[in-house]
Amino acid sequence: MEIKAPTPQIPPAVWTEFKDLQEWEKLHQTRQEGDKHSALFETVEEGIFNFPGGFVVTTLADNFLNWARKSSVWPVTFGLACCAIEMMVTFASRFDVERLGMVPFASPRHSDLMIVSGTVTIKMAPMLKRIYDQMPDPKWAVSMGSCANSGGPFRHGYHVVKGVDRVIPVDVYVPGCPPPPDSLMFGLLKLQEQISHFRKTGQRPAPSEKSD
Amino acid sequence: MPTQAEARGLIQERLGVAASGEGNLLLIEIAPERWLELGRFAKDTLGCLYMSFLSAVDWKEQGLEIVARVENLDANFAVFMKAKLGAGETRCASLAPVWHGANWMERECFDMFGVRFEGHPDLRRILLPHDWEGHPLLKSYAVDTPHPPYR
Repeated sequence: MEIKAPTPQIPPAVWTEFKDLQEWEKLHQTRQEGDKHSALFETVEEGIFNFPGGFVVTTLADNFLNWARKSSVWPVTFGLACCAIEMMVTFASRFDVERLGMVPFASPRHSDLMIVSGTVTIKMAPMLKRIYDQMPDPKWAVSMGSCANSGGPFRHGYHVVKGVDRVIPVDVYVPGCPPPPDSLMFGLLKLQEQISHFRKTGQRPAPSEKSD
Repeated sequence: MPTQAEARGLIQERLGVAASGEGNLLLIEIAPERWLELGRFAKDTLGCLYMSFLSAVDWKEQGLEIVARVENLDANFAVFMKAKLGAGETRCASLAPVWHGANWMERECFDMFGVRFEGHPDLRRILLPHDWEGHPLLKSYAVDTPHPPYR
């Protein structure tokens, strides 16, 4: 009897299994924009707000929560290109954003902020969206540098996403190529200002002269 | 090991083509059918052990041209090899059996120009995503080719 050698079964590479990611993206697309809290929370909050004198409670709670939110914005460590060097300088001791309550954190699941620092390629965009989706709500995104804002000098390249806002919603755009650390810090301070206007329903406020 | 002057003589003698180029650069233009022969000659006879790069040029209606540079680091000369594939032709012999360094170079050349290297052990895309359509460094590739969902 002839004995055949078993053919080796090579498992497929992890990055070829795009099924999971597509399902994840579909799930995310069905969610409403600004869905930052549960519906129950919103109705309870709405009820208290409409109760006579209740707005004092909600406003105080809002102010307290926003103060807490803006004082502990943890950016996820996510460097894409040369802007990441400037981002590292901003995190380091000379500019020291830790005094603003920002701890660069190596896990998206414990972070509130994603600083997209660099060129987003079409190959990288699904991974970027995946990391953004792993961050818990409420979350913010800062687009750092020309490439992340609009594609920058590589806008006419065949492989570049023309602005990271085509992948994820962006709160603050920091111009520059790359932006120096003080520009990024100014952007982060603007973001804190924006977070302090965060409304009780968890929705972002309309753009105003002051914060946008 | 041949010196640079001896190498010029060897090329004329064995291959029957004249090497142009000045000084330490030996420029050889050859028909695409003799591409692999030239590669083996450059490595075995001329001692060019170092594969510097391999790429292609798109001359529009005249077709693609494969260029490669190999170097003999001991005798200090370089051989620059060129082969015009002709209009509409995308097949070319692979140099990967000769130099292992040509493996990824040819994958990149396939990725960007769509050159099918015959005899390559593992010809697939190396830089772009595997579901990418087209070969972006061809002149016929439009810059604004849509690639959903991100643009």
